[in-house]
Amino acid sequence: MEVLVSVALGVLTATGVYLILRPTTFSVVLGLTLLSYAVNALIFFGSRLNAGAPPLSVAGLSNQTDPLPQALVLTAIVIGFGMTAYLLVVALKAKAESGTDHVDAGETR
Amino acid sequence: MMAHLPFLPVLIPLVTAVVLLIATKADIAVKRSISALSLGLLVTAAAGQVLVSDDGIVRVYRLGDWPAPYGIVLVLDRLAALMVVLTSVLAMPVFLAATSGTDERGLHFHAFLQFQLMGLNGAFLTGDLFNLFVFFEILLLASYGLLVHGGGLQRARAGIAYVVLNLSGSALFLIALGLLYGFLGTLNMADFGVALQAVKPEDQGVVAVMCALLVTVFLLKAAVLPIGFWLPHVYTAATLPVAALFVIMTKVGIYALLRVVTIGLLAAPFTAGLLQPWLTWLALGTIVLGATGMLASTSLGAVVANLVLVSGGTLLLAVAEPGAGSIAAALYYLVQTTLVTAALLLLADVLRRQRGEAEDRLVAGPRLQSTTVAGLFFLFFGVAACGAPPLSGFIGKIMVMQAMEGSAHPALIWTALIVSGFVAALVLARAASVVFWEPGAPDGTDKRDVSLVPASGLMLALGLLTASIIAVSVWAAPVASYARAAAEQMLARDAYVSAVIGDPAAVQRERRP
Repeated sequence: MEVLVSVALGVLTATGVYLILRPTTFSVVLGLTLLSYAVNALIFFGSRLNAGAPPLSVAGLSNQTDPLPQALVLTAIVIGFGMTAYLLVVALKAKAESGTDHVDAGETR
Repeated sequence: MMAHLPFLPVLIPLVTAVVLLIATKADIAVKRSISALSLGLLVTAAAGQVLVSDDGIVRVYRLGDWPAPYGIVLVLDRLAALMVVLTSVLAMPVFLAATSGTDERGLHFHAFLQFQLMGLNGAFLTGDLFNLFVFFEILLLASYGLLVHGGGLQRARAGIAYVVLNLSGSALFLIALGLLYGFLGTLNMADFGVALQAVKPEDQGVVAVMCALLVTVFLLKAAVLPIGFWLPHVYTAATLPVAALFVIMTKVGIYALLRVVTIGLLAAPFTAGLLQPWLTWLALGTIVLGATGMLASTSLGAVVANLVLVSGGTLLLAVAEPGAGSIAAALYYLVQTTLVTAALLLLADVLRRQRGEAEDRLVAGPRLQSTTVAGLFFLFFGVAACGAPPLSGFIGKIMVMQAMEGSAHPALIWTALIVSGFVAALVLARAASVVFWEPGAPDGTDKRDVSLVPASGLMLALGLLTASIIAVSVWAAPVASYARAAAEQMLARDAYVSAVIGDPAAVQRERRP
């Protein structure tokens, strides 16, 4: 299980970084989205992989998981979502003004 | 009311921003009055914090009254109070300068300004690493809005680069926080240092890497070589009053670094020496980059942006050798350099308005209208910026140089500081001779938007900044002794820890597999 999760996170991150380095803003946005998936999953797994354990303190139950990473990841998802939405708006604005999706559109120097 | 004092600098801008958003359709004069009223309250609260925190007691504000380290806390100590008051004092001239027309170029300038202040003050006051991330995002989101304020392709492009860069930085921040929490089981800053001491030897390597990742994020915000190239690009794209506000944003990176180093990294032997081998060289590199950038700058805004890089490098020198003397020197230098660079950016806005199409570029433009006043301001801020006596720049630089006497490479550091000051003097003198003494065409033949020239808000802002710089220069001794006390308080880790979480041994910790 650990190996599977690590490989999945690695592939997501690598794909995200590759796409961020592409020259069109659309790829960059996709890359940032993939990267934030990887990061959110990583935070979630910060409480270790233990299946069948509720994030609650129940009397008589010895097997619990840490609830805090789940709260953190919710915050991170919301913030990442808002930021990506804003980035898309600015990217659309730049495309409308320059007519191209290239990140260096309208470079003057 | 006094019990809630640590929370006020976050609450006041938040409420104001919400009111401003509700009043989106209101007249600009109404928005300005709301914003001005809120800034007045904010400055009062910030000044109150400085007065209250000067007794040396670390005040803890528990949000929702949850006990630390489980709940989120705001912590008011001398350092936090100093940064909050600096932010509020800087916000006033930025607001005044924006009322000279900048705020009419979009609907939401004042709301963004208030959200930005909320994020800044929250970042300075919070005692929780994840909460620091949240406040970073608040101030960044507001800064994205402010950056593209005014429109245009250049701003949109700089906006894309800046947002992508900071989203990547946030991803790094979250990776560091997620894994640190996984290993330490805490995100509370006071508990962070305590938990670092208890890390098992076999985990120390990974935890050190995560600390390094956290530091990298702060270095990105502070615009340090090799991840500081974004700064001139962003500052020159923003409208100049916005750039003046952005000056404090690089200082947030320096602040966060100082905080994490003093409360966290210095607490455990395996992280205490993590930064020393690197930071001095990165700082020196940043100073060289900034000085070179100044020589190559084609506009006054770019000159000042590179000056911000130089001052960031200078501050980092002190962080690399964290002692009471060097941190105190850095804090004094931080206050004065923030005021001076912001003042130069606002002055560039005054000149830009009088130069028509030449804007603030360093080319011959039309004859200026208020040569004497603008020229005197330029001389005053220039002297302070390049560190010549008798103004605060000189005092700050001397303090940093004295503090660096016992460091590993004093000769190198002194040379870098003196040469960068010399380069600043040279570049500013050259800029002045072009802007003030080389009229390109006789009066009247240049295209110039006369409606832009009278800018009473801007002149008032410059006057306010001049008064602050004079105050920081004349009362250098009290400010420096406050900075010294703040530095000693930061290094007295036990007092901070016992104020926030009480007895560290009594904290119930979850056993991790």
